[in-house]
Amino acid sequence: MATTSKKGKTNSEAYLRMYRQMVRIRTFEDNANQLYLSAKMPGLTHMYSGEEAVAVGICEALTDSDRITSTHRGHGHCVAKGANFRAMFCELLGKEEGYCRGKGGSMHIADQSHGNLGANAIVGGSMGIATGSALRAKMMGHDDVTVCFFGDGATAQGLMYEVMNMAALWSLPVIYACENNGYSEYTKTEEIAAGSITARAEAFGIEAFKVDGQDVLAVNDLTQKLVARCRKGEGPFFMELDTYRYHGHHVGDINREYYRSKAEEKDWKENRDPISRFRAMLVSEGIAAEDEIEAINAEIARDAEDAVAYALEAHYPDGSEVDMHVYAD
Amino acid sequence: MREITLSQAVNEALAEEMRRDPTTFIIGEDVAEAGTPFKVLSGLVEEFGTARVIDTPIAEPGFMGIAVGAAMTGARPIVDLMFGDFIFLIMDQLCNQAAKTHYMSGGKLTVPLVLRTNLGATRRSAAQHSQSLQALVAHIPGLKVAMPSSAYEAKGLMKTAIRDNNPVVIFEDKLMYQDKAPVPEEEYLIPFGQANVKREGRDITLIGTSSMVQVAEKAAELLKADGIDAEVIDPRTIVPLDEATLLASVRKTSRAIVIDEGHQSYGVTAEIASRLNEKAFYHLDAPVLRMGAMDVPVPFSPALEDLTVPTPERVAANARKLCAGEMIDAA
Repeated sequence: MATTSKKGKTNSEAYLRMYRQMVRIRTFEDNANQLYLSAKMPGLTHMYSGEEAVAVGICEALTDSDRITSTHRGHGHCVAKGANFRAMFCELLGKEEGYCRGKGGSMHIADQSHGNLGANAIVGGSMGIATGSALRAKMMGHDDVTVCFFGDGATAQGLMYEVMNMAALWSLPVIYACENNGYSEYTKTEEIAAGSITARAEAFGIEAFKVDGQDVLAVNDLTQKLVARCRKGEGPFFMELDTYRYHGHHVGDINREYYRSKAEEKDWKENRDPISRFRAMLVSEGIAAEDEIEAINAEIARDAEDAVAYALEAHYPDGSEVDMHVYAD
Repeated sequence: MREITLSQAVNEALAEEMRRDPTTFIIGEDVAEAGTPFKVLSGLVEEFGTARVIDTPIAEPGFMGIAVGAAMTGARPIVDLMFGDFIFLIMDQLCNQAAKTHYMSGGKLTVPLVLRTNLGATRRSAAQHSQSLQALVAHIPGLKVAMPSSAYEAKGLMKTAIRDNNPVVIFEDKLMYQDKAPVPEEEYLIPFGQANVKREGRDITLIGTSSMVQVAEKAAELLKADGIDAEVIDPRTIVPLDEATLLASVRKTSRAIVIDEGHQSYGVTAEIASRLNEKAFYHLDAPVLRMGAMDVPVPFSPALEDLTVPTPERVAANARKLCAGEMIDAA
């Protein structure tokens, strides 16, 4: 990782935090998957595992007053933006203490206390919301930046082009972050995306960047620069992050060799895993010893186990809540 | 009292609320210098500038989505949708996003926005610029729906809508923009969910929405000559609906016709008629009648278009039959 050696140990606290956040996402997803496989979780969910460096690299460049919009594959964004395990697992299980009092679930989890405007179950559905958040910031003279997460599949939606056009016309502080994991549900991206994805943003005069989405420092460096430029009124920007989802489209998508080979999955996991790569760098650069890393991993695993146990025992919302929150007072 | 047009009333409401609350802004196609094709917004950009009266490209889902995001993060957008027919273009942003965000977030996020649009046929604009689509949005929990019947209602309901913390859709009848009505100089708001009894009567209740209130009032005048004393009620908002006022009227008169310019099938008239049947059945002397627009795309030819909407004459004719105990083939 060329980006790391230049920095040495001066950023070790930030690096450890990034490592910790990536492991938190992976651990959260492993537990969520187990809850699904053991039939303890209602519905289904979409795993973020494999894409951790994207969410963490970006969100570590943001403050709590910066906003994000998330996707159906949104647990990673939620953790990276600062959410806690307990309220997240409670939400996944439809419990009263969930972030949305059990009314949203995995696909609508939102945590406005950390600026997460919510996951969205309509592919591409949050692009207007992110752009509107940026319009509000500019209009009110706030200096916050909004990051719009979406997948390669969402680049086929017309809304994206409508709002990028307006964001460029009005110089809005929004960063469009395309997590290109190679698959649009069960279809290879090359079968649904003509031409170049970044060229589409460039057609609006938006500066677009391609970055290795498995390299948390590369993602973070780029995002820091773009956020700073957004705060100076130089937005919008577009990032295409090359990444990979380890699981299927959703947790039930087990037999997927008809669209994706096991060899390909193995290659990404063994050779490009964002956590193992970063861990190796932390050790080789002397930022953390193996036993310190193991201690971090163990602490996060305990935290997740405690949160799962808590959520399983937590109360469902009372039936009287069913027609609460339809309208705001 | 002074009289102003419905267009001026809307303009005044917007200007007053934009002066009062700096987080409000208008966004839509040709809203600034053009002031919209109906000129309802004339003069606003001169007072509030292009930062708060924002012209967009022709991209309805895009600017609707942008308004939702601005509303979720502390602004109060007023979205101008040039024709009600374009609601079909923004359905995802309005119904999947704006309407559900407060609920899906367990009450943590709010979407205080107003969608200003219009309804109404007989303007010779054919099938894609003439629809009255209020039933579509009234069907979606999380949205409020206001239907002003005059300049007075247009101003008072708009001011309430802008201060409401929910997405509110306001349908203005585009044929009424130049209609004048008495509007006080001093500030007033009209609360949602409070129907207005426009005319008291004993024999039959005519419930009309938007311009159909005028149709009902004219029908009541025609019926007066026949000795039939009609009560006319304007619900003002169909979500929330002032059921109590409607039920009290029908329990008194024992007959009702519900008139709305949306298509009759699965429409606003069906919903209101059904509630009256469920809750006032034993007070009724006749079936509650629905009178909506015909279930056809709105035709261009004036000879055809005028057949599709309720008229005072047809309402009066149906009312006479109901009062005489005759069955009606409403279709």
